[in-house]
Amino acid sequence: MILRTNGLCKRFGGVHVARNIDFGIEAGEIHCLIGPNGAGKSSLFRLILGAHRPDSGSILFKDEDVTHLPSFARIRKGMSVKFQVPGIFKDLSVRQNLVISFQHHLHGHDLEATIQRVLAFAGLEGLEDKAAGTLSHGRQQWLEIGMAVGVEPKLLLLDEPTAGMSPEETRQTGEMLRSLSAQGVTILAVEHDMSFVQQIADRVTVLHFGEIFAQGSVAEIISHPGVADIYLGASDE
Amino acid sequence: MTRPEVNSDLNRGASLIDATPKQQRNTLALWLSRLEGPQTLGSGRWFWLTLALAVLAAVIYPLFVDGWTVGNTAYFLVWTFMAMGLGVIWGYAGSLSFGQTAFFGLAGYGYGVLTLNFGAAYGFTLLALALSVGLAALLAVVLGYFMFYGRVQGVFIGIVTLSVTLVFQAFMAQTAGPEWAIGAARLNGFNGMSGMPPLTIPWPGGDVLLYADIALYYVLLGLMLVVYLGLRMLLNAPFGNVLVAIRENPERAEMLGYDVRRYQLLGFVLGGALAGLSGVLYTAWGQYITPSSMSITAAALPVIWVAFGGRKDVTATLIGTLVMIFLYQWLTIYGSQYAIVVMGVILVLTVLFAPEGIVLSLMRWISARLASTGGRP
Ligand SMILES: Nc1ncnc2c1ncn2[C@@H]1O[C@H](COP(=O)(O)OP(=O)(O)OP(=O)(O)O)[C@@H](O)[C@H]1O
Ligand SMILES: [Mg+2]
Repeated sequence: MILRTNGLCKRFGGVHVARNIDFGIEAGEIHCLIGPNGAGKSSLFRLILGAHRPDSGSILFKDEDVTHLPSFARIRKGMSVKFQVPGIFKDLSVRQNLVISFQHHLHGHDLEATIQRVLAFAGLEGLEDKAAGTLSHGRQQWLEIGMAVGVEPKLLLLDEPTAGMSPEETRQTGEMLRSLSAQGVTILAVEHDMSFVQQIADRVTVLHFGEIFAQGSVAEIISHPGVADIYLGASDE
Repeated sequence: MTRPEVNSDLNRGASLIDATPKQQRNTLALWLSRLEGPQTLGSGRWFWLTLALAVLAAVIYPLFVDGWTVGNTAYFLVWTFMAMGLGVIWGYAGSLSFGQTAFFGLAGYGYGVLTLNFGAAYGFTLLALALSVGLAALLAVVLGYFMFYGRVQGVFIGIVTLSVTLVFQAFMAQTAGPEWAIGAARLNGFNGMSGMPPLTIPWPGGDVLLYADIALYYVLLGLMLVVYLGLRMLLNAPFGNVLVAIRENPERAEMLGYDVRRYQLLGFVLGGALAGLSGVLYTAWGQYITPSSMSITAAALPVIWVAFGGRKDVTATLIGTLVMIFLYQWLTIYGSQYAIVVMGVILVLTVLFAPEGIVLSLMRWISARLASTGGRP
């Protein structure tokens, strides 16, 4: 197991965003995290990355306890993230965004080669001198995925990577994630689009009110009687 | 194909660059390329030619005016280090600090106390300079550590740094009594310290005393160039990229694996040390330092210079600072109250019409014009 949480708890006032979460990701799998709005998916991401401190519980990454490590140190150990809210440097050029993302482990020709590779992969060739904030929404999204992927992470965390993408872009993103997975990258993705989940996921975890509601293969989750109910219940609210 | 001997002999002196061995030429190009990059405006032949002409003008300038005027111009250069330091802290790393004058004052007093106690022989003033700048850097480490590791952010950095500056001023102002002395150096309260030696360079035929005159002017000009070019290199290196990333989006910078607080602290200490350098040079230039160097007006002025010039670019900061100090001194002839009001008006106009800085906006406009005419001026 590359990542594991033990009894993770976090509350904001009266809201329990994580209740006793025991959660694990196998090395090499694509794991999707689903659940209705406000279920605590993004909060679990932030706990894993150290952007939130848990009230109790622990987090192990590659069998090492990282519960008390600051975020940057967890990133250095091989995590990489694209959050739900856009996290690019809008006033800087596309190239600058990439240089800043990769410069701490790549230099000179290797850095340049990776930049070119990510530009090609994200369909951003010819746009490298543009301010990142002037790109279309879809391209910004791809740039950010490129920033997260280019560091060659062990564990890639993607919070709604396909939000706002066209069906075609979504399908391409799925292919890209599968090929990354084939190269040995473990992926944890928050996703709402069930057909996308079907396309990519090896395993699925359903969160509901900060708790793990169900876990299993895509087929198991789809046939799980309660899962449809919580989605329907959430949309009734 | 081998060329005849005669030809290659004739060609030998043809071009300085061609005559340089290839290895050396590449090294030179590499060093020059490090001075350019996305974090500083100005690159290419025309920029460096303009800069070289400006430096040349500054070098021959003392030939045309008397020593007193040159010494007065040296005074302008004294302040540029503090301004460039603020540019690093505020413009590049994104933390608005009013603390530059505290580092300035501490280093200025440090130089006074050290040299009044130990004199100027054996090049001690240079050691005093280094120690005083180190003292300012130490204060920046302590203050910066509590701020950045205590998660003080945004406008509160301004408030904390201003408070520290004003407390320091108030403290120094009440040291009038004879009990306030460090060794032979009386602190003298509001009247401040005076009578310390100028910077003194040990020289075989007799020490060179750098009074406010031509020699000091050249030393300051050289120092300013070294710091300016050094900052250009640092800011275009990975370190500068990280500072800019933190300014633009600190959480993202952290999530790319950067220890944000450490970089903020490093930027703050670098800026504080440069302010300390200005403080020492100021004290050595006029042989006095008073608590009014840390007043609220003194604390606001560097912010105004840097805002006017353009905080996000070291060249714009440097030019803006020189222009503003010149303007300020010129206006002071008509009354210092009046000069301060004009400074305030300029700040307001800058914020309203060119929030990125007036000089920086002009520089961007010029470089856009040059680009549209294909690089020809
Ligand atoms: N910093 C915070 N302070 C207070 N409440 C918070 C904070 N962050 C999240 N919450 C609350 O915690 C709950 C879970 O939020 P979270 O963003 O983790 O949900 P999510 O599953 O990602 O939802 P979505 O699908 O809408 O992105 C929500 O009710 C949210 O309002
Ligand atoms: Mg979310």
